[in-house]
Amino acid sequence: MNKKFVLGIYDDEDVLLTAIENVRAAGTKIYEVFSPYPVHGIDDVLGIKRSRLPIAAFLFGLCGTSFALWMQIWMLGFDWPMIIGGKPHIALPSFIPVTFELTVLFAAFGMVFTFFTVERMIPTFKVNVFDKRSTDDKFVMAIEVKEGVTDMKALDNLLRSNGAIEVNEKEVVK
Amino acid sequence: MQHVSPIREPLVTGGKTYHDITEDVCRQVEAAPNPRWAAAFGVALIGLAIFFYSVYRTLWFGIGEWGLNKTVGWAWDITNFVWWVGIGHAGTLISAVLLLFRQKWRSSINRAAEAMTIFAVICAAMFPVLHMGRPWLAYWVLPLPNTFGSLWVNFNSPLLWDVFAISTYFSVSLVFWYIGLVPDFATIRDRATGPIARRAYSFLSLGWTGSAKSWSRYETVSLILAGVATPLVLSVHTIVSMDFATSVIPGWHTTIFPPYFVAGAIFSGFAMVLTLMIITRKVFKLEDYITLEHVESMNKIIMTTGSIVGIAYTTEFFIAWYSQVTYEQYAFINRATGPYWWAYWTMMTCNVITPQLFWFRKIRRSLVATFIISIFVNIGMWFERFVIIVISLHRDYLPSSWAMFYPTWIDVGIYVGTFGLFFTLFFLFVKFFPVINMAEVKAILKSSSGVTHHHGHVKHPQGHHTNAVIVPGTATDSNTNTHHSNE
Repeated sequence: MNKKFVLGIYDDEDVLLTAIENVRAAGTKIYEVFSPYPVHGIDDVLGIKRSRLPIAAFLFGLCGTSFALWMQIWMLGFDWPMIIGGKPHIALPSFIPVTFELTVLFAAFGMVFTFFTVERMIPTFKVNVFDKRSTDDKFVMAIEVKEGVTDMKALDNLLRSNGAIEVNEKEVVK
Repeated sequence: MQHVSPIREPLVTGGKTYHDITEDVCRQVEAAPNPRWAAAFGVALIGLAIFFYSVYRTLWFGIGEWGLNKTVGWAWDITNFVWWVGIGHAGTLISAVLLLFRQKWRSSINRAAEAMTIFAVICAAMFPVLHMGRPWLAYWVLPLPNTFGSLWVNFNSPLLWDVFAISTYFSVSLVFWYIGLVPDFATIRDRATGPIARRAYSFLSLGWTGSAKSWSRYETVSLILAGVATPLVLSVHTIVSMDFATSVIPGWHTTIFPPYFVAGAIFSGFAMVLTLMIITRKVFKLEDYITLEHVESMNKIIMTTGSIVGIAYTTEFFIAWYSQVTYEQYAFINRATGPYWWAYWTMMTCNVITPQLFWFRKIRRSLVATFIISIFVNIGMWFERFVIIVISLHRDYLPSSWAMFYPTWIDVGIYVGTFGLFFTLFFLFVKFFPVINMAEVKAILKSSSGVTHHHGHVKHPQGHHTNAVIVPGTATDSNTNTHHSNE
């Protein structure tokens, strides 16, 4: 199925932020906004919720801590108890470094792979971007045109009156 | 109503636009290799050849190829290991700690500094692995169920902590670096003209489109990674210092080692970043992005950490005297006046006196002086590790076993060779990867370029004025407004 989008191209982040507010206030649903760098304040005007990735990172970190402690206690305390340097079998102080490292390792990798999963980031040879300039110096606001919408002129006007330097249409095969 | 701060200098000079940044950074990725790059790469490959030859000798004939003896069982290998790991730390420090502290000046240099971290850690890892003598059995340091029954690794040993610390540090740094590269790979992908470049950078950019939602998550990920990498930096060098500090050798058995090693690592790391960045900005004409302001900021850090290191040297001496332990006192007298006095005084000169020169603003802002001093710092920090390791080992409790250490050509070859390895990787990086983080520099451009970035843009359509209201919380609203009222 083909999807049709109207793309408003902006060249300034402040103009973009105001435009997003106005377009949303006019009752138009914004499909997505693309920018060459993270624009601060865009989350609020677009209504993007705070990411829950920190929670994921914390939980993965917790897994790392428990795994590391379990591994060291079980290996040196139960599976093959040996006295090394007069230390007790379960010498917790000397388990701290490895526990810390594994906590960091699990937290970092767990969070990054969660990020890749939710963003569907995989190595690929072909990437469809709406407007290639959005990774260079332009900000692109994409609005999905639903079946049966005919009043393209109004949409065009709305974007242009809010500072868009260009308004383009694009069809994407889904 | 452009406000120019009298205190803070712009971090991006030359009146750049977003597009200029893309052009300036992508230029060397897209252009054919320039002859100077090719020549430098050739030299690095010779170094790499020396590395492979020395490694081949070490593995074929054994560790006897090195100058180690029964007294000095650790010498150049561990010196080089600690030195390279230390160099790596500045990269994570710039990218993680300065990100947490919201230091915008990190943006132009963090990419190269992180790359330096990765390559330095690779070089560092070579030494303990080669010192094993039989690196193909290196997996024995991992807690794997093995054929000897359930005999596990010794979690009480700092050497094992090192295994976990270095491998975690390496892999987390690699991920941090890569995540940072993804949006810039996407920029190169969207500009690519050739099919190979387009495919390669598509592959590397993992389908990145730069949507607002993605950026939001991306920033969360960067921040958390910085948050976990910051204590990681401190832990890694602390653990490396424990290789020594938990032993009972006079000169090693000191509680001051962890903070002292961490400061030394940052000290040498920043020096190496400067050495590399001064050359890179010159060769790739990036003077507008890596400004004197950046150099000065780094020099201030070198001055601070250099002073910490200097205080640590003095404290060690004081504690040796104050402890009233004969062996400890002898170890330090021997450092300053024994057969290796020249190494000790090289260390003192390079590390204690050199950074103090940065109190002078003229020197702090001079590229030539900074370059020379950065090399001195690196020499000094190598000698610091040499002093701690070799001088402490060559005379310990038993005078009958006192000995001297003389490096062989293989020792020298491996050390010189790791420079070949490091620079081979670094030159490949600067050629094929964007050496400056474009996305981040673009993000600070408006607030820190010193000029409004508007010139040269398409004139805005009528009706715009009314909409260009001030967005609360953005520092540079005035730019936009002034511009429009002048139209």
